[in-house]
Amino acid sequence: MAPYEPEQDTSEAGEPRTGRRKAARYVVPVAVAGVAAATIGLVPALATSGDPDLPKVTAQELVEKIAASDTQQLSGNVKISTDLGLPSLGGVPGGLGGGGGADRGGDGEGSAADPKDKLMELASGTHTLRVAADGPDKQKVSVLGDASEYSLIHNGDEVWAYDSASNEAYHAKGFQVSGDESGKGEVPEDLPATPKEFAEQALKAVDDTTSVKVDGTAQVAGRDAYRLVIEPKQTGSTVGRITVAVDAKTGTPLKFTLTPAAGGAAVIDAGFTKVDFGKPSADTFDFAPPKGAKVTEADEHAKGERDTEDRNKGGKEFKEEDLNGLDDWKVIGKGWSSIAELKLPGGKGLPTSGSGDVPPDAQKLLDSLGDQVSGKFGSGTVFSTRLVNALITDDGTVYAGAVTKDALVKAANAAH
Amino acid sequence: MSRAEVVDVSRAGAPREPRWIWTLGLFRSELAITFRRWRTIALLGVLAAVPVLVGVAVRIETSDGSTVGGGGEGGGPAFIAQVTNNGLFLVFTALAATLPFFLPMAIGVVAGDAIAGEANAGTLRYLLVAPAGRTRLLLVKYATTLTFCLVATLVVAVSALATGALLFPLGEVTTISGTRMGFGEGLVRALLIALVVAASLIGVAALGLFVSTLTSSGIAAMATTVGLLITVQILDQIPQLDALHPYFFSHYWLSFADLMREPVYWDDLIKNFQIQGLYAAVFGSAAWARFGAKDIMA
Repeated sequence: MAPYEPEQDTSEAGEPRTGRRKAARYVVPVAVAGVAAATIGLVPALATSGDPDLPKVTAQELVEKIAASDTQQLSGNVKISTDLGLPSLGGVPGGLGGGGGADRGGDGEGSAADPKDKLMELASGTHTLRVAADGPDKQKVSVLGDASEYSLIHNGDEVWAYDSASNEAYHAKGFQVSGDESGKGEVPEDLPATPKEFAEQALKAVDDTTSVKVDGTAQVAGRDAYRLVIEPKQTGSTVGRITVAVDAKTGTPLKFTLTPAAGGAAVIDAGFTKVDFGKPSADTFDFAPPKGAKVTEADEHAKGERDTEDRNKGGKEFKEEDLNGLDDWKVIGKGWSSIAELKLPGGKGLPTSGSGDVPPDAQKLLDSLGDQVSGKFGSGTVFSTRLVNALITDDGTVYAGAVTKDALVKAANAAH
Repeated sequence: MSRAEVVDVSRAGAPREPRWIWTLGLFRSELAITFRRWRTIALLGVLAAVPVLVGVAVRIETSDGSTVGGGGEGGGPAFIAQVTNNGLFLVFTALAATLPFFLPMAIGVVAGDAIAGEANAGTLRYLLVAPAGRTRLLLVKYATTLTFCLVATLVVAVSALATGALLFPLGEVTTISGTRMGFGEGLVRALLIALVVAASLIGVAALGLFVSTLTSSGIAAMATTVGLLITVQILDQIPQLDALHPYFFSHYWLSFADLMREPVYWDDLIKNFQIQGLYAAVFGSAAWARFGAKDIMA
């Protein structure tokens, strides 16, 4: 490049006015950039600081309002950011929705569209969901990926799941809202997807160990909302506070934020970015598998899983035998700092370096995931995420809970 | 592309209509010069060849009845699997494949050359001797570049549509939400996508034009623009720079896929338009400031 230097050429020739006028021209792009930057920076700030003026309510009233809320019909967009601080195992599904499904799409076993596998992806990263509901019989959740989409549709007694990345569909019939545990493709209950479900989970825990208060108002998805703050009174919990934004009109929770006690970004931040309490159009819940899609029926899937038992042996054994062995588990403490204690079958902890049960590389990986601790109980390994910690002692006892590492060690010591 | 006319109508007003017509004439001659260039024709030819190559590759790979293996690399994995069902998807696949590099590179060449090329060839002086005014010339150059954006995108889309129709069946279109729509609506969506892709290039065009005013070497301007393009795309992949990503002109490029959802998901598309408008405003005005103050030696 050979840039000109016109300012010099002219201003040195005794025309300072021209030079100044030339310099003044550059004010325009700088101003444009400045205004743009200010707008980008200010608009979100204004949007959040403009707290609506709402009549005061007590926490009790607000919780009741949530409970009494009978929002049956809504549609909207939900943004979920989850940062559990799970150890990253190279290429574990991050923000790239569909990637995980597509990888396994071709192997002919199971289905990339299996809801249980797919919804696990929500456990990390940021996802945009589209939700629609019309009463207890019709719901739809779509996870928007990059140029792909995963939809889960419940309409009457049918459940469809469709993964556009792999063009695979999963179908279950005879679905009941009451949800018997026969494994007939019920929507996994353990992964709440909407702010309402999150809030319900949180409010279940309200008792004397918890402080609940109303902390001002907020605007969520363009609606006026109260901010309900739930905080553990106990020490030792990794949960800092839970904030639920509750729609002032309908009592529907619109946003859920879980902040860890250790500070930093929210562990879970799920909220509507757009919400509409009108009735979604009926064809929202219609689904027929597209041409060329590979459809897995829930029953066949179960059968197929049995046929390929060898391949899935690890998982199978765990389900059917180990779970029975895990019957004797108990809870230490209560409320937020409760710790689950359970015995691993066989009374054996994680394989240690000397035992030779595990290839050295895998051993190295296991070691890198956890921290070695020791105490009165002997020694063990602590596996940490930002929310949940688990201590597996060498004699095969597991202590787990949303509590700090110290609380786990203390509990383990006390138990001995 | 009608940008220049619109702006000028508002600026010049009714009594100065002859100048408006004059601008249109300048625009027309600029267009003719640009599109008659061998370089432009070669660029368009390369762009037209990409969908043909993709189509033939998919056809060969699936000729034994197998499906396209998962897909995961490159642009538009979700679309590639659909191509065998519906040739229309070749349009989306081809646009997804050319948008990250081929299309902006072609725009970079044309935009980078717009001013610097004239300066290099010694023709800029003559253009400015005519009573056009620098602002007007710049607007005409920008309008020409934007027209090229549109034409280049349409060339890819039309070539892909022709290849797709030739090699694969056409018919009902499956959206990425799993719903279906008729072929007619699919075509409309394809056209919309092509327009969105063309609009995604507005930012690069403005950037290229600004670079073009900085130098009098056409090659340097083109190389700088294409270099910036590659740099930004690499930076866009670095997770540590997450906070900066939304400000990159290429960050929301692939949001055009959201047009294939049912209903359309507008959020990212709107962000894309906003960022393109922002780049056009900032670099357009920077180009104006630079070009207006520049001494034209050649």
